[in-house]
Amino acid sequence: MASRVEILNEGGFRSDGRRQFELRSIEMDMSQQGHADGSAVITHGLTQVQVSVFGPREAKMRSQTIHDRANINVEISIAPFSTGDRRKRSRGDKRILEYAAAIKSTFEPAIQTSLYPRSQIDVFIQVIQQDGGLLQACINGTTLALMNAGVPMIDFICAVSGGVHSTHPLLDLTLLEENDVPNVTIAVMPKTQKVSLVTMETRLHVDRFEEVFRLATEAGLVLHEEMKSAVLGRAKELISSLDMGSNANRGGDVDDDGMTGFN
Amino acid sequence: MVEIKVLKRPRSEAVVTQRKFFKKTARGKVIKVLRERYLRDDVACGIEGCRECDQGVLPASGDKNHPAFPNGHFILPDTNVFLSQMDLVESPLFNPPIILLQTVLEEVRHRSLPLYNRLKALTKADDKKIWIFYNEYRSETAIIREEGETPNDRNDRGIRKATAWYNEHIKLSRPPIRGQPTPQIPTVVLMTEDSDNRQKAEKAGIPASSVRKYVQSMKNSTQLLDLLSAEGSSEIEPTKAVAGRQSLYPEYLPTSTLLAGVKAGELHQGHFNANQYNYLEGSVHVPAFTKPVLLVGRENMNRAVDGDIVVVEVFEEKEWKAPGDEVVDQDSTLKNDDAEDSADEGDVEDHEVLVKESKFVETTEIRGHDKQPTGRIVGIIKRNWRAYVCHIDSTSLTSSNATSLSQQTVFATPVSRLLPRIRLRTRQAPSLIGQKILVTIDRWDVTSRYPEGHFVRSLGKVESKEAEQESLLLEFEVPYRPFGKAILDCLPELGDQWVVPPKSDSSPEWRDREDFRDLIICSIDPPNCQDIDDALHARPLPNGNIEAGVHIADVSHFVHADTPMDSEAASRGTTVYLVDKRIDMLPSLLGTNLCSLRPFVERLAFSAIWEMTPDAEIVNVRFTKSVIASKAAFTYEEAQIRKDDPHRQDELTQGIRLLNSLAQKLKAKRMAAGALNLASPEVKIQLDSSESSDPIDVEQKELRETNSLVEEFMLLANISVAKKIEETFPQTAVLRRHLPPPRTNFEKLQDILMKRKGMPLDVSSSGALAASLDQCVDINEPAFNTLVRIMATRCMLSAEYFCSGSVGKDTFGHYGLASPIYTHFTSPIRRYADVLAHRQLSAAIGYSPLHASLHSKQHVERVLDVVNRRHRMAQMAGRASVEFYVGLALKARGEREKKNSAEVIEEAFVIRTFRNGLGVFVSKLGIEGLVMFKKDMQFDAENYTITVGTTTLAVFDKVKVRIEVEKDRNTQRGRVKMSLVHPIDSADL
Repeated sequence: MASRVEILNEGGFRSDGRRQFELRSIEMDMSQQGHADGSAVITHGLTQVQVSVFGPREAKMRSQTIHDRANINVEISIAPFSTGDRRKRSRGDKRILEYAAAIKSTFEPAIQTSLYPRSQIDVFIQVIQQDGGLLQACINGTTLALMNAGVPMIDFICAVSGGVHSTHPLLDLTLLEENDVPNVTIAVMPKTQKVSLVTMETRLHVDRFEEVFRLATEAGLVLHEEMKSAVLGRAKELISSLDMGSNANRGGDVDDDGMTGFN
Repeated sequence: MVEIKVLKRPRSEAVVTQRKFFKKTARGKVIKVLRERYLRDDVACGIEGCRECDQGVLPASGDKNHPAFPNGHFILPDTNVFLSQMDLVESPLFNPPIILLQTVLEEVRHRSLPLYNRLKALTKADDKKIWIFYNEYRSETAIIREEGETPNDRNDRGIRKATAWYNEHIKLSRPPIRGQPTPQIPTVVLMTEDSDNRQKAEKAGIPASSVRKYVQSMKNSTQLLDLLSAEGSSEIEPTKAVAGRQSLYPEYLPTSTLLAGVKAGELHQGHFNANQYNYLEGSVHVPAFTKPVLLVGRENMNRAVDGDIVVVEVFEEKEWKAPGDEVVDQDSTLKNDDAEDSADEGDVEDHEVLVKESKFVETTEIRGHDKQPTGRIVGIIKRNWRAYVCHIDSTSLTSSNATSLSQQTVFATPVSRLLPRIRLRTRQAPSLIGQKILVTIDRWDVTSRYPEGHFVRSLGKVESKEAEQESLLLEFEVPYRPFGKAILDCLPELGDQWVVPPKSDSSPEWRDREDFRDLIICSIDPPNCQDIDDALHARPLPNGNIEAGVHIADVSHFVHADTPMDSEAASRGTTVYLVDKRIDMLPSLLGTNLCSLRPFVERLAFSAIWEMTPDAEIVNVRFTKSVIASKAAFTYEEAQIRKDDPHRQDELTQGIRLLNSLAQKLKAKRMAAGALNLASPEVKIQLDSSESSDPIDVEQKELRETNSLVEEFMLLANISVAKKIEETFPQTAVLRRHLPPPRTNFEKLQDILMKRKGMPLDVSSSGALAASLDQCVDINEPAFNTLVRIMATRCMLSAEYFCSGSVGKDTFGHYGLASPIYTHFTSPIRRYADVLAHRQLSAAIGYSPLHASLHSKQHVERVLDVVNRRHRMAQMAGRASVEFYVGLALKARGEREKKNSAEVIEEAFVIRTFRNGLGVFVSKLGIEGLVMFKKDMQFDAENYTITVGTTTLAVFDKVKVRIEVEKDRNTQRGRVKMSLVHPIDSADL
């Protein structure tokens, strides 16, 4: 029955009622999670990802240290209940490793790793729910978590997926759309106007690529505004609770590591 | 610049916007599906001049022509209106403004794709005013399914809610303005066939109407009422997913039961043959009955595919039937069938198909005479499934969007009419349209009407020569891969530098070979022949007798038993000749060079030398390996001219004349013995030029005296060799026979000839048949005799190779040639049986020992089985290739004629009559075709006549047909379409 759903109907609506260039609802939660130095839960529509960042800290294995910069270690685990059919994916699953490698290389140009030689930044991503746009959710979540952890970065990284149905470009694809249309995920650095990731797993006609690429970059800027306000909101929250803490002259349970990025 | 925005949604809205359901997959796995939707306020209502919504196609005041709604109205139909009353909605007289809800549109789509496509076409039509309202996305009209509510009830509620909203919306957008009369506010009427829905709507104060009530009070109600489908027939069933899968076919019996049944004689085993004219009929030849067992209807054919070895149960004699007399085309009968729907059978359309099919099946019961044993298939011994060449049926696609990657279930229509449509799932369906593709059948479940298969690969664009050629080869299972290295390694090391070494006692080539280099030998072949495997000579002997010799290429000198080359040749069996391509049995170095008896070079040969009296009585015969040097390579035409030229008195010409005189006497003797002069429609394709190879015309093959010359000597050689090897190896000799046809095969032809022409046909022996065929002459119609011969040939069995030890000696005979024994010896380059005969003859004359494998009866039988099958396939492939080129030539000719605003019209004979059509044979082009009438005609099966209007047509009547090549819309297959021109024009029948 899945193939009986129209991707883009004649009224210009997609299967979930959005129009071509409308992104799904985003929720960003940057509150403290466990012992992580910084964490974030990001929800794009029905895709939900939790990211925890540890570090920069000493590497567990000496062999993984790099003498002049920090090593970024990305690990993804996908909850078996996140997809329609319950399936356990092992840690060594090729697809997961591929995602992890893509995320690592996306963040390498944005994180100022040279400030922390011989150390390691761990990014643990937990996929809670999937409905398309997994990579974009992971990247956006990682950006927020890194900021939350106070890891110095030169810019945000905002990722959006895009696809082409016939000749109509679409943004932020759901799982249904991802299965049907050729798609591409693009990660942009909005301030520096750079693109740090373009990835495709399906074939997309070269004539259409430019249009999708341009649109996804635009959409990245829109996302940037959202993410910026979320980060500022979190900062304000922390500062206000810090004030409260200093007034009471007690440490409280506010983690001051989270502040380093904004001091 | 487009606006990109994030749709924000409060968490509290999740109840309305998220939807969770569980889905069971085909394998029984349960999948959780979570969907969300975004509700919005900018979904337009579609009414012109609405203050809130900007677009609109519906007139602002609605339709004021209906007496029940003087203030104007719009109708908002329920799903069941489209499911049962599509004809009404499509009528040009029915044109009130329609609001089509998304809910309705989607429900129609789920229920029936064909109806959905009709509805989609309507929304784009100019004369209809239809607006699609996406009610599920508008925040006011979106609803969610409640606990315990069926999907059907949920949709009905949604439709009611949308109707109520519309009425409210219209009122709100036109508030009464002070000082002006209150504006006329049109109503939105819910139109539904579901009385329950109507009652609920009326209770809620929503105007509702049934279709009948609405139409009755319309102005032109009389015309429209006819379009309404009968009441009660439109019972709306709940969504079908609930109903379990229904078995469409009976299960097969277990193998042990089958084998026991066959052994006990209760069940019968045989090959299943589908009927190419009627897809609901098939037959199985079984040894227990002279006539094949007839299988009528889908259940009785029980999932057998042409070529399967099946086990049948024969019904009692009172249930026997006669084969149908109607052409039943699967494509047209089942065109509304839905590839995806039929995954769960048992819906409304299904019923329709069954009714249609049972109608076809029932008609077969009417006629009393010529009943055949009838039965049903109870099991399958062996499936003969392979890859089939197919086209994607474009109407079965759900989305023809070229970039769509979604998985779709589509129908693949095989090129061969003998095969059922195959259902397959593919992600690339849109890109496969217009391509020839290879599909294999995977399984055929009892619950599925069609077999399921998968896509193997694409062969290329339809009608491109490469794709057509490859598809031909695949369809007839011709192995066409290039020869592998192991095979090429078996070739002589010197390659094309190889020559016969100078004569010496030490060289192995010259061992026990006779030196015939000085004899005046020549070869006569068709033009452009490269693999010359026979050459001839004749000279007078001093004693007044004549020495005649046939020299055959000595292939067994190069191809030794038990080498890779030998086994490859055995599996290929024969060289396949297509119109523009030859697929060799042996590597071309041997076939066209080293073995080919080319002129002016020394070649190794295997010779048969006869001493004959001038009356062509054989005095003695001997066989020997030899070395020859052909003096000339003639074409039939050249040889004929040379023979007929009285000025030429050289030795070569004399030799040909001598051969010719002997051949004539041999032929006369053969005819006297009762050999048949058979005919098959053979045509020659004229290719335009070497580079384009576009056919320009078709002509019939011409037969000359020299053709017969070569033929007679080849027959003589084959018969002589057959005698010799049978004598030496009575158990394993490779022979060829042609069994006399069973008398029942001729019954129909005899009957037709007697009734239509008053001519008797004596089939008691081949001689008698030959004689009575000679009598079948229509003075006004010279081609008539040929036609009868062609039809008689079709009644016969085909010749086959066999191993002398495996059958009784009384069945060795060759019926067509009227020879008690026969083999193939003369074309070892292109036939594998000849290679075996060469080896056996070589052992028989003591030249070389016989390879152990040729002493084994089982081995010879096994090899000959393959060769027989390949031979048959090669013939069919060749014929199909000719057919394809005839089609191309016709198309080219049609285009040329079109420029002169003419058509391709040819004379044809009626060869078969059906209830709704005629089988015709166009002798000039050698093609058979079908003239179909749209409705049943007066048909007299007893007399083989069909009456169209006032004209009666009978078998053997001469008609004129218009020949067109049209592209089948569904399959993209170019096919020859014939229609009658004379005596009546069938274009509008």
